[in-house]
Amino acid sequence: MNSLKKILLGEQGLVVIFAAAFVIVSIFVPNFLSERNMLGLLQSVVTIGIVSCTMMFCLASRDFDLSVGSTVAFSGMIAVMVSNASGSILLGLLAALLAGGAVGLFNGVVIAKFRINALITTLATMQIVRGLALIASDGRAVGINDPNFYQLALSRIFTIPTPIWIMILLFIVFGFVLNRTVFGKNTLAIGGNPEASRLAGVNVVRMRIWIFALQGFVCAIAGILLASRITSGQPNAATGLELSVISACVLGGVSLAGGRAAMTGVIVGVLIMGIAENVMNLLNIQAFYQYVVRGCILLIAVLLDNLRSTAAGRGRV
Amino acid sequence: MMAFLEFRTISKSYPGVQALSDISFAVEKGVVHGLMGENGAGKSTLIRILSGDQSADTGSILIEGEEQNYRSARDAFHAGVIVIHQELQLVPELTVAENLWLGRFPGKAGIIDSRTLVETVRTKLEEIGIDVDPNAKVSTLSIGARQMVEIAKAVMLEARVIALDEPTSSLSSRESEILFSLIEKLKSNGTIILYVSHRLDEIFRLCDSLTVLRDGKLAAHHLKVADTTRDQIISEMVGREISNIWGWRERPLGDVRLDVRSLSGPKLRNPINFSVRKGEILGLFGLIGAGRSEMARLLYGADNRHQGSVSIDGVAISPNNPKAAINAGMVFCPEDRKFDGIVQGRSIEENITISSRRHFSPFGILSPKKEAALADRFIAKLRVRTPSRKQDIINLSGGNQQKVILGRGLSEQGVKVLVIDEPTRGIDVGAKSEIYEILYELAASGIAIIVISSELPEVMGISDRIIVMCQGRVAADIPRSDFDERNILTAALPDKNAAGTI
Ligand SMILES: Nc1ncnc2c1ncn2[C@@H]1O[C@H](COP(=O)(O)OP(=O)(O)OP(=O)(O)O)[C@@H](O)[C@H]1O
Ligand SMILES: [Mg+2]
Repeated sequence: MNSLKKILLGEQGLVVIFAAAFVIVSIFVPNFLSERNMLGLLQSVVTIGIVSCTMMFCLASRDFDLSVGSTVAFSGMIAVMVSNASGSILLGLLAALLAGGAVGLFNGVVIAKFRINALITTLATMQIVRGLALIASDGRAVGINDPNFYQLALSRIFTIPTPIWIMILLFIVFGFVLNRTVFGKNTLAIGGNPEASRLAGVNVVRMRIWIFALQGFVCAIAGILLASRITSGQPNAATGLELSVISACVLGGVSLAGGRAAMTGVIVGVLIMGIAENVMNLLNIQAFYQYVVRGCILLIAVLLDNLRSTAAGRGRV
Repeated sequence: MMAFLEFRTISKSYPGVQALSDISFAVEKGVVHGLMGENGAGKSTLIRILSGDQSADTGSILIEGEEQNYRSARDAFHAGVIVIHQELQLVPELTVAENLWLGRFPGKAGIIDSRTLVETVRTKLEEIGIDVDPNAKVSTLSIGARQMVEIAKAVMLEARVIALDEPTSSLSSRESEILFSLIEKLKSNGTIILYVSHRLDEIFRLCDSLTVLRDGKLAAHHLKVADTTRDQIISEMVGREISNIWGWRERPLGDVRLDVRSLSGPKLRNPINFSVRKGEILGLFGLIGAGRSEMARLLYGADNRHQGSVSIDGVAISPNNPKAAINAGMVFCPEDRKFDGIVQGRSIEENITISSRRHFSPFGILSPKKEAALADRFIAKLRVRTPSRKQDIINLSGGNQQKVILGRGLSEQGVKVLVIDEPTRGIDVGAKSEIYEILYELAASGIAIIVISSELPEVMGISDRIIVMCQGRVAADIPRSDFDERNILTAALPDKNAAGTI
């Protein structure tokens, strides 16, 4: 019992849970293991996966970002509208990346410089940015004019769709940044103890601003790919994304109290979220139930986080 | 006389560490029992087991011959055992009175009777002789005052056994005196006091009996402290003789390195001037609240200054920015290790290299080998007791955490000025003398060092010069040739006539 608990709450606990779940699902759910379904699964987690990369940094530094869903929709919208208006996809993509980055930068400045609570700030920007997306499009979906835009999502490299490659690339990049750069380690240090980090010469304010700006930028990448996949800019796209992303991160061992994060964990967390959804689809479970399941996953994730930190001796003051 | 509290064959291990092995000893009723040992010897672990906070792997605890098998701090508390930990445990956002009543607020139907709440606490505090406002929020109190509140809490709960883990490490000498008389009072009521400290003076003054731990094992048990000597206890602790713990030697001093001109800040209204020369160790002494730490924080830019200038080798450093101070060659080790020092959840390695890693990280990309080498160097140099540099810092003993924070400052490159606030708080005698050696070495290489300490013998033992602060002013500036305990204390006291009382 005790050793089982140790394994489950330890470093590799999540991987063990994931492997077990994967085997069980492969055996019991028909068609799950087919190539088609596997690619579909990966494609379905592209948005969550990409945004999780930076959400991990945000949570690891003891911050929080609720505005990611809105930013994804908003920047997707900008990408489509600017490419339509200018006739240049490149310009559209640039505008989207800038817009996403600007939202993030705004969050970061308000939170880090003016010391406003991150939860409240991003709750506000979540509404504002969603509103902007709705205003810009007059509440309707905006279709893509240039079919080349679809190619972003439709093209394949070695039979695997480009968005999946982009997600994998970002996993690698951000995994490297977290573990092997001063930026990553400083992020974790800020989460562990912001005041101690400041006194040790870490520029906490600038770091936090950067993390949010990066988050906005990465949301824009996700937004562009999403728009390309659904062939339009949808002002209502990616609602509730923030919760899925945070669930995936926490499930992946990122501590809500800050200071702890691992890219592998987050990847597994993302996959667990994807598999749960995928299996429910394969088993034809009604969409309404899926909300309940997603909520339960979030609860389990937080519970695990709690158990893990107690096991790690953090309860000891 | 019957043993009142007994430890029987207690063992405890953590991954990679045998924290305690086979510890057995007994303590009689109405006795102050000392517990000594090097950093990481297992003192706090033993206390944590006594408090039910952790459970022993094997062995048992008996109180009045009755085996205790409590599983939580709450059970221990009902058995009459109260522990005051090395790291304080009050809720900062509640008032003193609320903290003392926490868990059993007086009143009916969930509505707190705030009159009783405050008045009982006021009477109790007065009775014990602690000068703290029951309505003050704990977060506004000094560390020393918080400590007194914790002790008041134990008294209020009428504990049978009170264990104090390094209680005086954050107290001023006056507060310590209050604590000592409190301990005497409790002892005469038949309470057992288990007293952990690194300070031999206190052990000789307070304790009747003593246990020395070394590497988790029982090194010695003295039924009568009076029958032993300091040197004997030290060698039992460290396993070797330490003849002269200060080891101060004359050093040549260079030009002025650090120059402070009319510096003032929110908590330090009177402008302060002084300078420190190359190779000089300046001791800053004063009572708690004299403004020493505030000044150090202003120097470094940890707090915002109102006016004044701080320059190193004639170059002014930009204010209010720790990072700029570090770049200019100033390193600061803060006093409060829990809040300003350790980065919880991160490894010893990361805690040591947090500020210096940027030097060997081209384009911000770390080089794990160099980081590891640097960490290992300071783990070895400061003798941090740990199975690996990857260990989470929170798992280290208090004194070892302190060493890591020191290592962080010492590992920075191009240091010109080192400001350390209470560097040896919670550090054992052996390690202390090693740290002093390191300071002399650094000073000899031309670094200007400011050491803040509340321990007068330490300040007098290692400084080339002492600045005494009192109520936010420089009260005296004394060269080593004129060091005199009485003069320094007199300068430190706000009320000059009260000098005789300490
Ligand atoms: N939760 C933990 N996980 C791993 N190791 C631990 C844990 N708690 C304590 N240890 C280890 O057990 C040993 C004993 O620690 P303890 O805190 O009892 O020392 P101590 O005698 O109180 O030292 P100090 O004088 O520095 O306070 C140390 O080596 C410490 O690193
Ligand atoms: Mg200890």
